[in-house]
Amino acid sequence: MVPIVFKWIVFLVASLLAIFSAIMMVTRRNPVHSALWLVVTFISLAVLYFLLNATFIAISQIIVYAGAIMMLFLFVIMLIHLEKGPEELKVLGASKIFAIVLTVLLFVEIAVGVYYYRVTTFKPGPMPLGDAKTVGFLLYTNYLFPFEIASILLLVGIVGAVMLAKRRKE
Amino acid sequence: MDVKFPVDELILIAPEIILCGFGLLLLLIEVFLKTKSKSFLGILTLVSAGSALVFVLKLSSFSTDLFFGLYSLDSLGSLTKGLILVMLILVVIMSLRYVEREEVISGEYYPLLLFSTLGMMIMVSSKNLLTIFVGLELMSLSIYILVGLFRDNLKAAEASLKYFLLGAFASAFLVYGIALLYGSTGSLDIKGYLEVIAKGDTSTVLIIGVALIAVGFAFKIALVPFHMWTPDVYEGAPTSITAFMAAGVKSAAFVTFLRVFYTAFLPLIKQWGDILWLLAVITMSYANLTALVQQNIKRMLAYSSIAHAGYILVAFVTGEKILSSSIIYYLVAYTFMNVGAFSCVILMGRKGEENLDIDSYAGLSARHPFVAFCLTIFLLSLTGVPPLAGFMAKFYVFSTAIKAGYVWLAIIGVLNSVVAAYYYLRVIMYMYFRDPVKEIGRIDLSPSYILVSLICIFFLIYTGILPRELMLLAEGAVSVFF
Repeated sequence: MVPIVFKWIVFLVASLLAIFSAIMMVTRRNPVHSALWLVVTFISLAVLYFLLNATFIAISQIIVYAGAIMMLFLFVIMLIHLEKGPEELKVLGASKIFAIVLTVLLFVEIAVGVYYYRVTTFKPGPMPLGDAKTVGFLLYTNYLFPFEIASILLLVGIVGAVMLAKRRKE
Repeated sequence: MDVKFPVDELILIAPEIILCGFGLLLLLIEVFLKTKSKSFLGILTLVSAGSALVFVLKLSSFSTDLFFGLYSLDSLGSLTKGLILVMLILVVIMSLRYVEREEVISGEYYPLLLFSTLGMMIMVSSKNLLTIFVGLELMSLSIYILVGLFRDNLKAAEASLKYFLLGAFASAFLVYGIALLYGSTGSLDIKGYLEVIAKGDTSTVLIIGVALIAVGFAFKIALVPFHMWTPDVYEGAPTSITAFMAAGVKSAAFVTFLRVFYTAFLPLIKQWGDILWLLAVITMSYANLTALVQQNIKRMLAYSSIAHAGYILVAFVTGEKILSSSIIYYLVAYTFMNVGAFSCVILMGRKGEENLDIDSYAGLSARHPFVAFCLTIFLLSLTGVPPLAGFMAKFYVFSTAIKAGYVWLAIIGVLNSVVAAYYYLRVIMYMYFRDPVKEIGRIDLSPSYILVSLICIFFLIYTGILPRELMLLAEGAVSVFF
């Protein structure tokens, strides 16, 4: 049994790291740096999933996001020579200020809502909820219908990618 | 752990299975078809939509939950599915000629139409937010691709990208809302929310979740602060797809919005009623004033579709379960008006020259009286002139607002439809009282467009004069809220 203090420390480190790397990601000029900070965010999120006993989703987070999708990001950045990053416009127009105010307001609202939130009705289920066996079992029984629809969704994604990539008519 | 998958329930989703199967089949056989026989794909699409419609009608008396509550059959879902399939059939009939004229890559066009319709059908007949979300994404993703079908056209590429980025953003709002709701109630089922809310257990997190879900839907139905994509996307997309979006996406999203909010969140109406009230006023006023200055007919119709979403919202904010049948009636009438109007817009164009500016319509009545007549009917119905269905739709919506005590909202709505009359009637004035300004060449009067226009006109006049049958159907549909 892992001591609860240890869990707290891991949680604090992982969540602070996730927030920090997310901020670093959006403030970096160099897209390659941004992409690498994103990997850090993904991995710290995976640690959070582990803490919640959602092992399956933690592993797929690392394999799919930190692994495969990140490779794609980097590949595209290198392919179209974005290393330098676009020239930034430093104009702070009225609409930008408005947008910033709205975003901060929304953020504060959600933060306050979450801060004062106390679990009343929702009882978390028995602990080993997120291992591969449980997830797989649920996916192929109760959630089979949306699962199948998701497969069509992926097919449409493939069709779209092929269509957009097809050679243009000369 | 032994759960048996309910195989016998598969027969009840026969319409969905048919669409899905034909979509896959079309993707496959397109490879083996010669270039000249591509209209065969359109015919097959019609066959599949028709047979799905037959099954929807046969199954319309069922009312049951399927697949562990993740999918449902009920009268609201059946009526909307029927509407969506009829709309699909009309769009495919138009497309038979349009695809040929514009040399669209039909191998992907028809399957994507089918998958998108499948997404809409799944979305409107589920009571579980997980299934609703997957259906919504299936619908949206197919449409992002369809919008960008003319890859060589810069406007289409821009429209597709813009819609995709903003749509992904809106989906993120929706998912975040669903996650917050799940966090505060432990349920994805909209009945589950109702149980929690009925206990008086409303935390701030739950309210934020409801607000974020409303944002996600408001994007899909193009309410005013979330409408920025609409004019550009409607203009850039192939016109048949514009009709499909204006009618289908809007109806499907509105019905789902209605189902989620009227089933689960009705006790919270104090919280969301005022916000939507304000949105309705802004949507109607902004869209109508902007439409006044549009010279491009597709942009004008785009703003008009935003304004119509505002009118429907007038009935929506009342929270009256029984009167919400007026929303269903409006959506049905709106579908036929829009598909008809866009079929006339397609008629006016040629390959490479769409003739979208209002000057192209000057003096149309002398040269092509039939086209001018059809377009006049559709525009009058959009304006809300009796005896067309558009009038009855507006009448029901505004009378709902008055009955529920929202008199001011109804007044603002009526004032707005007076403003709207200006830009609709201006096109009619150009067609009948102006001399032709420019040579638009021979127009493409193919039977497929004529058929669509005639079906729409017949429907608009029929339900405008005898609204009772449709109204009874709509009332049957909203009985699911009791």
